[in-house]
Amino acid sequence: MTINDRSGSDNTTDKATDLAMQPLIRIRNLQKHYGRFQALHGVDLDIMPGEVVVVVGPSGSGKSTLIRCINLLEPYQGGEVLVDGERVQAGRALARVRAEVGMVFQSFNLFPHLTALRNVALGPLRVRGLSQAQADERARALLAKVGLAEQADKRPSQLSGGQQQRVAIARALAMEPKVLLFDEPTSALDPEMVGEVLDVMQSLARSGVTMVIVTHEMGFARRVADRVVFMEGGRIVEQAPPAEFFASPREERTRAFLQAVFHH
Amino acid sequence: MELIDTFFNLGVLRAALPMLVQGLGITVLLGAVSIVAGLVSGLLLALLRLYGPAWARALARVYIDVFRSIPLLVLLVLVYYALPFVGIRLSSFASAATALTLVSCAYTAEIFRAGIEAIPKGQFEAAEAIGLGFVSTMRDVVLPQAFRIVTPPLTSNCINVLKDTALASVVAMPDLLKQATQAQALAANPTPLIGAAVLYLLLLMPLVRLVGYFEARHRAATQ
Repeated sequence: MTINDRSGSDNTTDKATDLAMQPLIRIRNLQKHYGRFQALHGVDLDIMPGEVVVVVGPSGSGKSTLIRCINLLEPYQGGEVLVDGERVQAGRALARVRAEVGMVFQSFNLFPHLTALRNVALGPLRVRGLSQAQADERARALLAKVGLAEQADKRPSQLSGGQQQRVAIARALAMEPKVLLFDEPTSALDPEMVGEVLDVMQSLARSGVTMVIVTHEMGFARRVADRVVFMEGGRIVEQAPPAEFFASPREERTRAFLQAVFHH
Repeated sequence: MELIDTFFNLGVLRAALPMLVQGLGITVLLGAVSIVAGLVSGLLLALLRLYGPAWARALARVYIDVFRSIPLLVLLVLVYYALPFVGIRLSSFASAATALTLVSCAYTAEIFRAGIEAIPKGQFEAAEAIGLGFVSTMRDVVLPQAFRIVTPPLTSNCINVLKDTALASVVAMPDLLKQATQAQALAANPTPLIGAAVLYLLLLMPLVRLVGYFEARHRAATQ
């Protein structure tokens, strides 16, 4: 994997000049290829602390790829990602940076051999150095927060999809990350379970957690987002606060997308 | 009844029984040592083969190919009769355990590799996203799931190792087969061989059943 160091120097000046306005995530000129197919064409995006950014766009637009590049689950060929001023790159520091970036997957990816409680407690135990008792206590509190206190001792296979995804959110929260990434968190759920997951996400957003969410749930984007980012063809086409984004999109492609989403 | 006198001679069997039981003990001990050593080294070899530096991966692949190709009997004879020429003189037990372990390690490594590769990519990604290191990812996430997948083939491999201990009789190991052939020579009657065969069956058939049970349980769990 090769990552060109393009703008390492101007970052340090930014940091020196204005600490308060430092973005929590800074993505610069991100380039990603799969063989000859280019998935991301030089994407720039800043996420401010406490901000809730929803990324929408047609499938294949590169939105999932973009957030998977933030914690380097996906290697990329050009540009850079900074989390809290620190470059995300392969090497010794990677696990430490990743611990600061929580991730919730489309397919939950819970550990099937562990109970809900131990799924949530594993990170604090192994990465944060908590004792088993402390980690379990934190896990219990978080499971209660997502409404699953009663399910703590069940395995993932004994839980519904919506419950599993809420455990996965608790697992990400247990690391006390600086930002939470959601990669289509409701796309694998039965329709009747989407609401319970979105409710948990909405209450997190209200409590000031920084979130980047890839989703097709336009109603959620309208209610919860501070900013909506529209991607197509590996580029950011348009971004705006939700009221503006949904009422008066500037770009023709955004209008076409919204029309397709709302009229079918 | 000449046939019963020849093959199922109770008097001969009674006389040979202490020797046979002694041999069975050595067979079980040799099998257990080789199985445990093969499991531990095979797991390490599988991890090297998958995650080691490029040279270690290449070396692991060569090792696995060589020791899955070489006939165990040839390896056993090499260890016992050839190594003394370079000053390495192993007892018959050590020779047999070494040869069995070297081969079992190669097979076990391939079994573990298949098991680890069967774990969905999302499990590794979830572990990475939390910031788990390699050791914790393996110990807490990947291997517990892989063990469950590989239990049937691992048990099969254990059965093969136990059966192959019989080859150790060629390097003068007083294992079950060797004791039986000796008792047969002493009594000029093949009944001890029948006795040995029965003891092998009693030892191994439950294990064979166990593999069937594990496979059925695995099928049920994955449905």
